[in-house]
Amino acid sequence: MLGRTLREVSVALKQGQITPTELCQECLSLIKKTKFLNAYITVSEEVALKQAEESEERYKKGHSLGELDGIPVAVKDNFSTTGIKTTCASNMLKGYVPPYNATVVQKLLDQGALLMGKTNLDEFAMGSGSTDGVFGPVKNPWSYSKQYREKKKQKPHGENEDTNWLITGGSSGGSAAAVSAFTCFAALGSDTGGSTRNPAALCGVVGLKPTYGLVSRHGLIPLVNSMDVPGILTRCVDDAATVLGVLAGHDCKDSTTVQDPVKSFILPSLTDVSKLCIGIPKEYLVPELSSEVQSLWSKAAKLFESEGAKVIEVSLPHTSYSIVCYHVLCTSEVASNMARFDGLEYGHRCDINVSTEAMYAATRREGFNDVVRGRILSGNFFLLKENYENYFIKAQKVRRLIANDFVNVFNSGVDVLLTPTTLSEAVPYVEFIKEDNRTRSAQGDIFTQAVNMAGLPAVSVPMALSNQGLPIGLQFIGRAFCDQQLLTVAKWFEKQVQFPIIQLQEIMGDCSSVFENDLASVSLKQ
Amino acid sequence: MWARAARRVLRAPGGGGRGFASKAGGGGVSAGGEAAPQERGRVPGDVIEHLERLALVDFGSREAVARLEKAVAFADRLRAVDTDGVQPMESVLEDRCLYLRPDNVVEGNCAEELLQNAHRVMEEYFVAPPGNITLPKLDEQELFSKS
Repeated sequence: MLGRTLREVSVALKQGQITPTELCQECLSLIKKTKFLNAYITVSEEVALKQAEESEERYKKGHSLGELDGIPVAVKDNFSTTGIKTTCASNMLKGYVPPYNATVVQKLLDQGALLMGKTNLDEFAMGSGSTDGVFGPVKNPWSYSKQYREKKKQKPHGENEDTNWLITGGSSGGSAAAVSAFTCFAALGSDTGGSTRNPAALCGVVGLKPTYGLVSRHGLIPLVNSMDVPGILTRCVDDAATVLGVLAGHDCKDSTTVQDPVKSFILPSLTDVSKLCIGIPKEYLVPELSSEVQSLWSKAAKLFESEGAKVIEVSLPHTSYSIVCYHVLCTSEVASNMARFDGLEYGHRCDINVSTEAMYAATRREGFNDVVRGRILSGNFFLLKENYENYFIKAQKVRRLIANDFVNVFNSGVDVLLTPTTLSEAVPYVEFIKEDNRTRSAQGDIFTQAVNMAGLPAVSVPMALSNQGLPIGLQFIGRAFCDQQLLTVAKWFEKQVQFPIIQLQEIMGDCSSVFENDLASVSLKQ
Repeated sequence: MWARAARRVLRAPGGGGRGFASKAGGGGVSAGGEAAPQERGRVPGDVIEHLERLALVDFGSREAVARLEKAVAFADRLRAVDTDGVQPMESVLEDRCLYLRPDNVVEGNCAEELLQNAHRVMEEYFVAPPGNITLPKLDEQELFSKS
């Protein structure tokens, strides 16, 4: 049952093939078995079981709330959840228990979803590896997959070695790993520069970043107010659309959500792509792009063309400045947003009581890690009076140029852009940590952050396995507020490529019964 | 036909004339026709101190200052962009009106819940140490001796 899609399980629940409590127990059991992945910071077992009970009552009476009723979901630990500690993987918020639910969490709960727990991330969502949180790094489930291990040809006596495991990507690595390892059917991430799409590509799941303004940020502990968006991670595109349908809409508590009436996100099954125009931005072909990703990108473009779509090369001229612009704007907004952590009203507080300033300084030194402090200081540098014009305002102007690049491309008749999501497949942790966070973020976010600066919707869809047996995903970028069209194209692509299911039976031992009969019937039928 | 163009774009080494350097370590640029490497100016000590005071976060080590310098060098690449006549963009939703709620109180009265998260409270107050005392001035030596 755990291997099925959200919709399939929803049908199964309605038909009584399984009860919410049984489903919940299975997920909790799997979470325990996959604890070594470190995907979860908090497992909210009691809460989930109680919710499952309530869901069961509703199903018995025939009053289920909808497709998400009784479905296990996970939430990244930078979304506030009532009564469940929310840490952002930082010492600053260790032990912080919010008194309210983030709007998106509330919406999921209102639909009857079961909250399995809060997932691990980079500290304050700063990073592209999910390696820099205080609860430790998240391990990519594909490190333990049959597909990867077979290719690696592990030495027999090295079977129990776990030194060369792979990163999940970040910063929503915990959410991606949780979905990839079947411990939940959907997970919330956040996406500021690619934090949902990057781990989705490296963990072989679908990662959706909706248009900025479509989904409420109330309760999402902010990083960059003008770019943050709650992200959705699922195992197939239809599931992402289902969740988006629940989350989208104006929220009076978040004035940056638009008031347009919410359209349906039910995705038609495209059979004819001949009216579609796919754009391939030439500047995204960078020297650092791995040859495997490059060839898959090319293959995907040819696939669209062979099925009748119009595929053209387009230009986003300011691409090479995008990451720099993002760096300046991100650190500046971060410097401002992190100012709220002073130890006074919530979170960690140091013991110094000499003066407020001394207390704040010590609290923040103790509470934040190097990455966060580095960004705060960089941001403050760019915001200094003497630098404001040359760095911050300049970056804002470049942002407009970048956003205009996209507008021009879409105005020329392109419906959807197709680009790689990451430079390569997942790398081993020991390799990843050889460079510092900023360098890695610049590399990890290279294809994804321009989308955040323009506020456009984008989705990463897993395409195929690399020669090493690891997932590679491609990114589709759509017009603003045309999320449904974007997902429709993504769904068509997903069906064409038939990305393989991760085979984790080896390490999950007796969990294999969970997948019996399911692997045969799991299909991406719509 | 796109296929031919694709072969040209996706197989050409370096992607044609617009090679893009994404290696962000120390402002290093690959041979892609980028401007000459920017000078890695050191950030002066008084600016360091000023930043620490503004941010109320300390650098803690020489490495942290070096990282800042690298970050600044990285940001300096923006100078190459011509932004004459371009308006700064603050938000992608700039052509819409920000929604304002009607000024009616519909929730609140949760002082007790909010106070629970604070370490030091007295009745309904958050307790703060005395204000109006500036941080002691630190000289360069002390800056880098902190761990």
